[in-house]
Amino acid sequence: MPKSPKAAAAVAERSRLAVRKTYKLYVGGKFPRSESGRTYLVDGDNVALASRKDARDAVLAARAAQPKWAGATAYNRGQVLYRIAEMLEARRSEFVALGVGAAEVDAAIDRWVWYAGWSDKIAQVAGNANPVAGPYFNISSPEPTGVVGVVAPGSLLGLVSVIAPAIVTGNTVVVVASTPQAAITLGEVLATSDVPGGVVNILTGKAAEIAPWLASHDDVNAIDLSGVGDAELATELERAAAGTLKRVVRPAPGADYTTDPGTGPMIELLEIKTVWHPKGF
Amino acid sequence: MFEYAPAPESRSIVDLAPSYGLFIDGEFGEAKDTFKTINPADEEVLAEVALAAPEDVDRAVAAAKRAFKSWSALPGSERAKYLFRIARIIQERSRELAVLESLDNGKPIKESRDTDLPLVAAHFFYYAGWADKLKYAGFGPDPRPLGVAGQVIPWNFPLLMLAWKIAPALATGNTVVLKPAETTPLSALFFADICRQAELPPGVVNIVTGAGDTGRYLVEHPDVNKVAFTGSTEVGRQIARSVAGTGKRLSLELGGKAANIVFDDAPIDQAVEGIVNGIFFNQGHVCCAGSRLLVQESVADEVLSSLKRRMGTLRVGDPLDKNTDIGAINSAAQLARITELSEIGAAEGAERWSPPCDLPDRGFWFAPTIFTGVTQAHRIAREEIFGPVLSVLTFRTPAEAVEKANNTPYGLSAGIWSDKGSRILAVADKLRAGVVWANTFNKFDPTSPFGGYKESGYGREGGRHGLEAYLA
Repeated sequence: MPKSPKAAAAVAERSRLAVRKTYKLYVGGKFPRSESGRTYLVDGDNVALASRKDARDAVLAARAAQPKWAGATAYNRGQVLYRIAEMLEARRSEFVALGVGAAEVDAAIDRWVWYAGWSDKIAQVAGNANPVAGPYFNISSPEPTGVVGVVAPGSLLGLVSVIAPAIVTGNTVVVVASTPQAAITLGEVLATSDVPGGVVNILTGKAAEIAPWLASHDDVNAIDLSGVGDAELATELERAAAGTLKRVVRPAPGADYTTDPGTGPMIELLEIKTVWHPKGF
Repeated sequence: MFEYAPAPESRSIVDLAPSYGLFIDGEFGEAKDTFKTINPADEEVLAEVALAAPEDVDRAVAAAKRAFKSWSALPGSERAKYLFRIARIIQERSRELAVLESLDNGKPIKESRDTDLPLVAAHFFYYAGWADKLKYAGFGPDPRPLGVAGQVIPWNFPLLMLAWKIAPALATGNTVVLKPAETTPLSALFFADICRQAELPPGVVNIVTGAGDTGRYLVEHPDVNKVAFTGSTEVGRQIARSVAGTGKRLSLELGGKAANIVFDDAPIDQAVEGIVNGIFFNQGHVCCAGSRLLVQESVADEVLSSLKRRMGTLRVGDPLDKNTDIGAINSAAQLARITELSEIGAAEGAERWSPPCDLPDRGFWFAPTIFTGVTQAHRIAREEIFGPVLSVLTFRTPAEAVEKANNTPYGLSAGIWSDKGSRILAVADKLRAGVVWANTFNKFDPTSPFGGYKESGYGREGGRHGLEAYLA
């Protein structure tokens, strides 16, 4: 693996036929082809075109992984997210070679670091003790909402900016990505970062084809429409989500992912649980 | 056992008019059509109430929109003082409002007097204090109101649900059009009078009475910026669908099928009180009612015999009698639903039991009922009955209890009874529910956020978290 753009150029100069990468899906920690056998052409690569069945398989993987991921300590999840930043840093040149701006890759790395630090702090910011009028211990704490379907924005930084806030708190995600090569390369970063299989699942393909199955899926708790550009599709997905009263993160047209995301993206995918217990000698 | 002498609360403290109009822009006005609201305990008509038509809702929303400009521009400290005023007036009129609530709803005066009304006043006090402190609430340095809030509330806690909706909306600078439930419109109309007494600016609170169509028209109104609904999951789904694509903010507090889990080391007497409170409080017309009792097999017989003995002492009858434990079912329609699901429970093979109790001849009544031998496949274990009917299931291990408790599309509340602290905390962690009561049940407080996971809705009401639903 070339260590710098310079080294990459040196490799390119050698008179040797390059070994190309096959871009498949990232589901359950593995890189399967679409069960449909379909591919589509993106910048000269045949990329897996995910199907309804792939979406369902990905939800199964995400659901299976969720309790253990949520049950890991916040400290542990933070370590894993920091490891993602380390691995992304190591593969920086690969993303640049895919045409992602160097500054954007750096921002994406830094975003993982930022969210890594949130893992054991968000509960202190989003939860609190409640001074009820009686002899009761009463505390409200955030918990992950569960499995989140995500229609990702079409940039590496956008992609990281929707995955990281979902998983840092213990959710697992099924992502529909519109930048297949960068998304699957990010999948390779995740696969080598101690992220348990199934925590992040990445489908490449058409949002209009796959997202409705996620929006109406009974075992999906929330749907993030950040990357949905088409207002009609967004409305259709929000309506489908109403069937099981999924939490809906509405589309963010013109969102600037270079700015401070704030706590909103995490809080939108959290549930508040309030526990009461009497006090007494 | 001693007999109880009748201890009726006087209804003379409530001065009911023969008819009530809509409260729009600070004035009561008539509508073209009216409907009657009855006392469910004797089916007597209490008053005639205006049925808001679309044009009435239009007027109410327009008034709220006009009022929003000045209300949202008012310093928070001034908004706070209006809310403090309202809270005080509620306290001063609480006996009248408690009797009114029991008349229109059928709930025992003991509950409207000791639970509903104190919580209503406390809720206004709590959010009054937030009005000038919003920048400290953790929602950014400059939290802004959303605009006009369209709010639709249920019939089980009419005035309390009004307080849960209106207090945070006004504290955050929003204005309100509220539709009370069809069968319990009166306390909201008395609240309108309280707004006038408090000299709340016209249009800040508007009350439109009516049925489902009125509510639908309100939540779909293009000038409504925020929708808040408490009611059934089915209607919640319809509202979520209708709001899709509009950009309106939405909070939903919907149905439940709470598990009340009793472990073998639980203090049995306290647990039995908790079970009774969990399912028979407010005739079981409670979205967070502990309607599924999960009892550990080794103590099931002991718990059930103690529960049956306790149920035998419950007094069912006149809601205005201070000794009444279980009042009237709120409506004929609700009674029919409870009756139907109970018949299905028996038909599906569960064993039905009620203590002997005389029910009044007139009005809507249902004896406290438990079903034993219930499995998770039974409809009475899956569907919200919203009545005084408890389904009893058993379990052997904590893991099985958690599995069964979570085996429902709902996730509003849950109960845990155990003497072992580590077990309580571990089980509380695993329950997918917005409120977990450990060694207690059905406790509410304005500082404590309330709301569900999964199909029990989204958003929280109460506490600091309750502000979020009304802030941009």
